[in-house]
Amino acid sequence: MIANLGLAALWLAAALALLQLLAAWRALRMAGAKEGALVRPVAIVQGLLAALAFVCLIAVFCQTDLSVKLVAMNSHSAKPMLYKFAGAWGNHEGSMLLWVTIMGLAGGLVALVERRLPEPTMLATLAAQAFVSLGFYAFLLISSNPFERLDPAAPEGQGLNPLLQDPGLAFHPPTLYIGYVGLSIAFSFAVGALITREVSPAFARAMRPWVLGAWIFLTIGIVAGSYWAYYELGWGGWWFWDPVENASLMPWLAATALLHSASVLAARNALRAWTVMLGVVAFSMSMVGTFLVRSGILTSVHAFAVDPERGSFILGLLALNIGAALVLFALRAATVTEGERFAVTSREGALVFNNVMLTGALGIVLIGTLYPLLAEALGTKVSVGPPYFNPMTAVFVVPMLAVLAVGPLLRWRQDSFARITPMVAIPALLTGAAASVLVLKGMAVLPLLGMALAAGLALAAFMPLRGRKLSRVNLPLWGMIAAHFGVAVALFGMAADSAWTVERLVAVQTGQAVEVGPWKVTLRTIVPVAGPNWTALEGEMEARYKGGDPRMLHPQARAFWAPPQQTSESALATRWNGQLYAVLGEQAEDGRWQLRLWWKPFVTMIWFGGLLIALGGVLALIGRVWSDLKRIIARGKIAYRRERQGR
Amino acid sequence: MSAPAKPSRWALWLPVVLFVGFIALVAVGLWRPASRDVHSAMIGKELPRFDLPPAVPERPGLARGDMLGGKPRLLNIFASWCIPCAAEAQQLEQLRQLGVEVDGVAIRDKQDDLAVFLARNGNPYARIGADPVSKIQFDIGSSGVPESFVVDARGVIRYQHIGVIAPDQVPMILARLKEAEQ
Amino acid sequence: MRRAAIALLLAAAALPAAAQDKLPPAPYAYTQLEDPAQEARAKALMETLRCLQCQGQSIADSDAPIAGDMRSQVRLKIKAGEDPEAIRAWLVQSYGDYVSYAPRLTDATWPLFAAPLVLLGLAIVLLRRRFGGKGA
Repeated sequence: MIANLGLAALWLAAALALLQLLAAWRALRMAGAKEGALVRPVAIVQGLLAALAFVCLIAVFCQTDLSVKLVAMNSHSAKPMLYKFAGAWGNHEGSMLLWVTIMGLAGGLVALVERRLPEPTMLATLAAQAFVSLGFYAFLLISSNPFERLDPAAPEGQGLNPLLQDPGLAFHPPTLYIGYVGLSIAFSFAVGALITREVSPAFARAMRPWVLGAWIFLTIGIVAGSYWAYYELGWGGWWFWDPVENASLMPWLAATALLHSASVLAARNALRAWTVMLGVVAFSMSMVGTFLVRSGILTSVHAFAVDPERGSFILGLLALNIGAALVLFALRAATVTEGERFAVTSREGALVFNNVMLTGALGIVLIGTLYPLLAEALGTKVSVGPPYFNPMTAVFVVPMLAVLAVGPLLRWRQDSFARITPMVAIPALLTGAAASVLVLKGMAVLPLLGMALAAGLALAAFMPLRGRKLSRVNLPLWGMIAAHFGVAVALFGMAADSAWTVERLVAVQTGQAVEVGPWKVTLRTIVPVAGPNWTALEGEMEARYKGGDPRMLHPQARAFWAPPQQTSESALATRWNGQLYAVLGEQAEDGRWQLRLWWKPFVTMIWFGGLLIALGGVLALIGRVWSDLKRIIARGKIAYRRERQGR
Repeated sequence: MSAPAKPSRWALWLPVVLFVGFIALVAVGLWRPASRDVHSAMIGKELPRFDLPPAVPERPGLARGDMLGGKPRLLNIFASWCIPCAAEAQQLEQLRQLGVEVDGVAIRDKQDDLAVFLARNGNPYARIGADPVSKIQFDIGSSGVPESFVVDARGVIRYQHIGVIAPDQVPMILARLKEAEQ
Repeated sequence: MRRAAIALLLAAAALPAAAQDKLPPAPYAYTQLEDPAQEARAKALMETLRCLQCQGQSIADSDAPIAGDMRSQVRLKIKAGEDPEAIRAWLVQSYGDYVSYAPRLTDATWPLFAAPLVLLGLAIVLLRRRFGGKGA
């Protein structure tokens, strides 16, 4: 019943998306056509219907309705409720439905609130949004119907991959998806602006909150995913340059660049074509990322669509949407003038530099990720990993970080280095001092660079506050400071982890103590424990930091039964200055237990820094939306007063 | 880039060209599904030196020297804990009956388990070396079990077969062995 | 999503668990070398060698038995005084470039190394065209 309702809502939403596209198209072709008035309401209803379909899917998962094929394939009646719920999007069809839901809702919201742009641009934007959505509706309805029925119903579901049964992971995909799909709005704005040749500061201002929102979610998604990998995979690594990780990093890099170039366009009416291009590129990267993950052409083993049909469908959509946008860009960009001019030594100059560097880093990640595929087409197999990505991205990221310290201090349009020298000198000295100390300590090149830059950057991040009254600093500026400081913090965490981690791999009897860095860890005992759908051996460890109070750690070696699989659950002891990371391995024949222990100084700074970056985005978003609201309210008041006076 | 007042035409089409290249590349990757097997790079090269102790008392161990001279031999990498290997045993036995000399290396195996495995599935091996640390795999470029290598009389690796030798692949293996005679 | 996929990579590594060997790990699979300098060298190398069964991970991050055996071999060779790059070359000789996460400059990989130069060149061209001729 619910499944039928969901499918009906999905079909209706698809039909409305088509109506939205046709109505907007007609209104654009013939000025003053009545259909124009339809577009906004249709966009809103379309979003709501997509959401209804998604709610229906969640409902059938929560009830474990085994007459729905998707539920039977991916769920199990014995699963905890949280994972039944999250199971709705923990599979290909469900996540695609989530995709169109977010697209529909975001499009509806744009239709509802955005009034700054000229109406034709809005129509073109909503037409673009409908066009992209339609492709995904077609994908769902033709080849990935989430509501497909089983007759007769399955006796029991097949379960969800145990590694995915983790509270963090349950909400990780939707977070990333909101980021991915949020960028579709930026894409639609860019296409709308190209169609009507209206690339203006108003366009940038309309686009900016959406880019900011998507970027915040992408940031949180990446941070959460990285932390999840760190504690779940059991070897203490937090970034692997895995294709699937890169798939989320690429849209983030593009969105970061877009965010900054949109600021230039909004404030100074410059970088017009570049901003439009980035709008297209950012969403392209979302789609490329989705394609790489879904098609399974890069990573070898995967639960999702290793099905070439699905891969081809996404590839087709990608080629159609992005190809069309790029052709449109090539045709129209020549008519988009560059906008206001500015000097090298100016805020814009620094932002342009960093935009180019971010794009360069994006290029490296893209090439490194795809290269194994190209090599395969040429008949050889190669692997591209950290030894390539780390130094090659550093080529672009290190200069970018240096300019990042200086840029916010520069004035718009034209400035001189002489003016900001005093503000730059102190962070630069700090960087130099840190570098020389670390050289003496014999640190490796990349961690050394990272740490020295982090020191200077942390200080430089606050320099824009100099000479300002703190109570009068606006939220977007606080946001920028938080985000830039977050970059320094994360960088410090990465450098510290790679330079100072202490590893101990040992086999111990119960009762035996091991030292790892400043910690002394004693394996007290091993006890069996049982969870809802697993059993485990749990180690009870006592850890003391420099002889202090004991802290108890409980790493587990888990065995799931639906489907059967073994995982190791690491245990962490967190201090302000780092984390102790413990994993329980197998028992040797002599009765000793294999332990893996790491002391990772300041490793948590990586994720705290990431969260600070996201917080910066949140502050900026609140500031922007607030000032937009104030403007709308003020305009409303003026209109109201005029009306009153007129009478 | 917004740089020049009149951006040159070709520069604007560059993203399109790159994008078409990208689509072509991934389309090829998608429609010509790459094999996930990791192939040995030792084909055509000499078998490295190794000397493995016997894995079970009833068969001698295996060293590089044992595989030289005479006719081409089949080197089978297997293990008693490997379920597909049990399915492969029949084909190996068939090959043995057809006069093929099959040598085995048992990977990460225990003598008792191996004895049970051989008793249950038959023992087509002339020799079985024990490699409890997978060292020979790293030497000859094997990444799993079962795998089979055709080694010619001069000790050159001529062919690698990844996975189970299926019943219908027996003639193909025979052909490979024949080829290795030259 | 990406996490999910990585998780599944791992899961795939764990799949043959049902048919796992019962042999204890090789001597240096889960044991560090006594000399910290040697261990550091081994660790750095292991982080750049690809696990053959899990495919998406280095042997330093994998529980697959073959990864453990490879770690043991790497540590033993380092202990015997071999150069890390010689050990990499040994594995590349057996498995091809696939096994190493550090691509070499070869006929098949030169575009990978040309790309950063091209990107850097493009970046410089873009920046010069933006700022060139006008001065500050």
